[in-house]
Amino acid sequence: MSDTIVTHPLVDGAVGPGCKKVDPIVVADGVTRTFGGLTAVDVAHVEIPRHAITALIGPNGAGKTTFFNLLTGFDKPNTGEWSFEGHSLARVPAFRVARKGMVRTFQLTKSLGRLSVLQNMLLGATKQPGENAFTALIKPLWSKREQAITSKAEELLARFKLLEKSEDYAASLSGGQRKLLEMARALMSDPVLIMLDEPMAGVNPALTQSLLGHIKQLKAEGMSVLFVEHDMHMVRHISDWVIVMAEGKVVAEGPPDQVMNDPAVIDAYLGAHHDSDLGDMTGVNPVIEAKERAAEHAAKKEGAI
Amino acid sequence: MRIIGVVLGTTIAALILALSVGLAPANAESSPSPSPSPSGDFTNTFTIGGLIRDGDTALEGVEVRVEGQGFDEIGVTGPDGRWVVAVPVQGEYTATLLPDTLPEGVAPRDPENITRDVNLSTTNTVNVLFPTGEGTVAESNLAQTILTRFIYGLNFGLLLALGAIGISLIYGTTKLNNFAHGEMVTFGAVIFFLFGTSLGIPLIPAIAITLVLSAFTGYAQDAWLHRPLRKRGVGLVQAMIVTIGLSIFVRYVFLFFLGGNIETLDTGLTQNVTIGPATITLASLVSMGISIVMLGLVGLFLTRTRVGKATRAVSDNASLAAASGIDVDRIIRIVWILAATLTGLSGILYGIFRQVNWNMGFQILLLLFAAVTLGGLGSAFGALVGSLIIGIVTEVSTVWIPNDLRYAVALLILILVLLVRPQGVLGRKERVG
Amino acid sequence: MDWGQILNTAAGELLSPVTAAYALAAIGIGVHFGYAGLLNFGQAGFMAIGAYGFVVPTLLFDFPVWAAFLTSIAASVLFAFLLGIPTLRLRADYLAIVTIASAEIVRYIVSTTGLTDVTGGAAGLSGFNGGFNALNPFADGIYGFGPWTYTENQLWIRVVGWSLVAIASVLVFLLMRSPWGRVVKGIREDEDAVRSLGKNVYAYKMQALVLGGVFGSLAGVIYVLPRAVQPANYGTTLTFFIWTMLLLGGAATIWGPIVGAMIFAALLTLSDGILRGLISADIVTFISGTQAGQIRFMIIGVVLMLLVIFRPQGIFGNKKELSFNV
Repeated sequence: MSDTIVTHPLVDGAVGPGCKKVDPIVVADGVTRTFGGLTAVDVAHVEIPRHAITALIGPNGAGKTTFFNLLTGFDKPNTGEWSFEGHSLARVPAFRVARKGMVRTFQLTKSLGRLSVLQNMLLGATKQPGENAFTALIKPLWSKREQAITSKAEELLARFKLLEKSEDYAASLSGGQRKLLEMARALMSDPVLIMLDEPMAGVNPALTQSLLGHIKQLKAEGMSVLFVEHDMHMVRHISDWVIVMAEGKVVAEGPPDQVMNDPAVIDAYLGAHHDSDLGDMTGVNPVIEAKERAAEHAAKKEGAI
Repeated sequence: MRIIGVVLGTTIAALILALSVGLAPANAESSPSPSPSPSGDFTNTFTIGGLIRDGDTALEGVEVRVEGQGFDEIGVTGPDGRWVVAVPVQGEYTATLLPDTLPEGVAPRDPENITRDVNLSTTNTVNVLFPTGEGTVAESNLAQTILTRFIYGLNFGLLLALGAIGISLIYGTTKLNNFAHGEMVTFGAVIFFLFGTSLGIPLIPAIAITLVLSAFTGYAQDAWLHRPLRKRGVGLVQAMIVTIGLSIFVRYVFLFFLGGNIETLDTGLTQNVTIGPATITLASLVSMGISIVMLGLVGLFLTRTRVGKATRAVSDNASLAAASGIDVDRIIRIVWILAATLTGLSGILYGIFRQVNWNMGFQILLLLFAAVTLGGLGSAFGALVGSLIIGIVTEVSTVWIPNDLRYAVALLILILVLLVRPQGVLGRKERVG
Repeated sequence: MDWGQILNTAAGELLSPVTAAYALAAIGIGVHFGYAGLLNFGQAGFMAIGAYGFVVPTLLFDFPVWAAFLTSIAASVLFAFLLGIPTLRLRADYLAIVTIASAEIVRYIVSTTGLTDVTGGAAGLSGFNGGFNALNPFADGIYGFGPWTYTENQLWIRVVGWSLVAIASVLVFLLMRSPWGRVVKGIREDEDAVRSLGKNVYAYKMQALVLGGVFGSLAGVIYVLPRAVQPANYGTTLTFFIWTMLLLGGAATIWGPIVGAMIFAALLTLSDGILRGLISADIVTFISGTQAGQIRFMIIGVVLMLLVIFRPQGIFGNKKELSFNV
């Protein structure tokens, strides 16, 4: 552990777990969630930087998805406060969180199978007078807005290369296409912070590149991105900031390269393989290594006799 | 194995058919139709009738006088408490209870109001109600009543538990809400009635036969209906609606063969037993004993035997259990057979507790579901707890609330508990994400 | 065997007010389950609430017809809220059980002897259609032809009943093709996804519950207007029959509930007529008339099973759209 204080343009002060950000979009304090006797989340303080792509990583069971669910209102914490753009969002129901501009996707894609792709997209739009039961009965009251959001939807679908599929049932799309649909749908409401829960899960490598490109585009358009991932290559490739969770706590934060070399992170992930690059998952197998050493030892003994 | 099942099944069906045709002619007046008969109705007997009871005891020999349209006749209640007067034409009649014919200690609940005006115009049958009760003699010791009711409630809860655990096991392993479960209760009661009371076979063999046949119904449902449906990939809501259809079918089969009669089971255990200030029948005591023993055995089965543990594994996570080498289909088959046997026993005990009729199982189906939900879906022990609560509440509440609302109270408790604690008393809260 | 009479009666049943009531109740369940994915197994309860909500004020307080309709609807909305508040936040299974439980509670309450002065107890209530018939614009006389011949009052109730069916269908059509309908259909697919898009899922579910429930209650009123209210009719079996009609026609369709109800009613009457005819013609001797009635219901049970297994989309449903896995 070096003595010099590390700084970073995104950070207000020294870099470290729970550090303050220059321009945070989400600030969370004392968030805990327990299930029976198990503490799934115990985050003392964390801030998500604005206009950046932040990765939330950690081993399985670290509490990343639970924390995600808490922030977005899909789960209730035991304790904790957090704010989004200065507004407190603790214990606000999920749909209100989404309306405020914090939109999330799901690890297991939730495309609405029996609706068409276009209908899926239109559902993502906000401020639809037609969604009121009484206004809905009189078409002229909502047809204009419907046209506007349809054009927007078609634009987005074209960008995500799904336009030809717009009349097909969403259930007929492939897994990767559904991921794209979910991302496109999330953009319909012009979110401020888009939260992606394992966007690469179950996606073939060819599509990964395309998805990475789309995510970078989001930042270019002024959105902030927070995503949970296991894929280290992706994390290194596009994230500006990395937050590492383990056993419910934030154990490290920093830019990707720095975090990868942080001993706390390495310990959290893989105790034994501390001399291999985290992004390079072909470490040495301790059983084979031990066998080889034993063989070497035996050979030496042979030689000595 | 399947062929044996088919042969056995058809033999039984034929046997029941032959016996029932000789046994109980369907009463024209007591066939309830859930929707009004459409206008092309062909029946032409008009009847006025009713059921006179003191609490749960049917009162025999009570007279009701029906007058009107130039017609005057007296109907008398039979051993099941029912009286019927057939009248010649539709129109206005008056039915008057003759209180002198009521047994000792029973009075009309409202002595001023023992005449009913009956208008037989749009239907062929009218039921008239003369409520009786302890009347103005409110001398009964409250504590004694509550204790008696409590013990009856315990009895009811225990026999409910046998059925509810069946539902819980089936739901746990297959996630199916079996709406035909009540029919297995009725089946147990009806078969026991057939062999025990009608054919006069001694108690123990009659029970044994009933349980074997009940076990068979469980086998049949899984082998011929639910496993093929699972293999076909039929969804859970679909499968549930299939059980609804099965329930309708089986219930009307029962009605077809049994008629609308209410039959009483003859167990020969009619002596009364005194426990402290309370008095209950020996049959109830034996019933509770049987229930407790069976529940204990089920508990041991689930916790101590390999099959039992495998059952709990499948309930928890079927794919993981399969991946661990457990034959999930076989476990499900065993669960159905076990559940059906327990539920058949529940039917026997319920038949002893009340009486036997075609609809008895369906009437308590909702209580069974309530018990399972109240106790916590997916927990067999929860089903027991829920059943005891429901059983005790339904019985003890009758001390303060009219008899015919007893089930309503239990259901209300269910809804209130779900409001406050949706996972039930013993259930675990579920994660969302 | 008088085939003419049998077919006549069955044909007449197609337009009877009972069929209209069934159709309206089925439209209600269509909104609940077909479009919103809500498992309402208590539609009989809504029908009972509607019926008693209309009849009791009419008999007890001499309410005029329009006021009685209003109390009926108000009672229905209240009932929907009471049902929805505890259950709409829970899983589908729970809604199924709570709706049945609530319907049964309603039935117990309206049958209980203690409330006989208000509800008529187990015998029910009658003699309340005077006000309704007084509003009849049709002059006295006989209308129609063939199996569809009616007196002026019979015509009036049919006109009102089927008009309500038409209005309900139009409402459902307009709503379901609108953004509101889109949200509701989305909720049927996956609530959490719809929540993550900023929609108040609970509110939409409640609206769907209220809408379908009001249809059920109006159905209850039409059901009893030509005759009397009898609590025994409002058991779970009535609910399951309405479900059979809906599934027969096609759950998420406009014509499904109407055609399903008509076919169900006509077949019920037809089979009744045929069986009894066979019995009175001594062709079938081993069962009684009442037992014949019971065979029909056995057949309904089997039909429901086969329908759900082999043709879950019903007559009009789109197989791709409605493969059922809620």
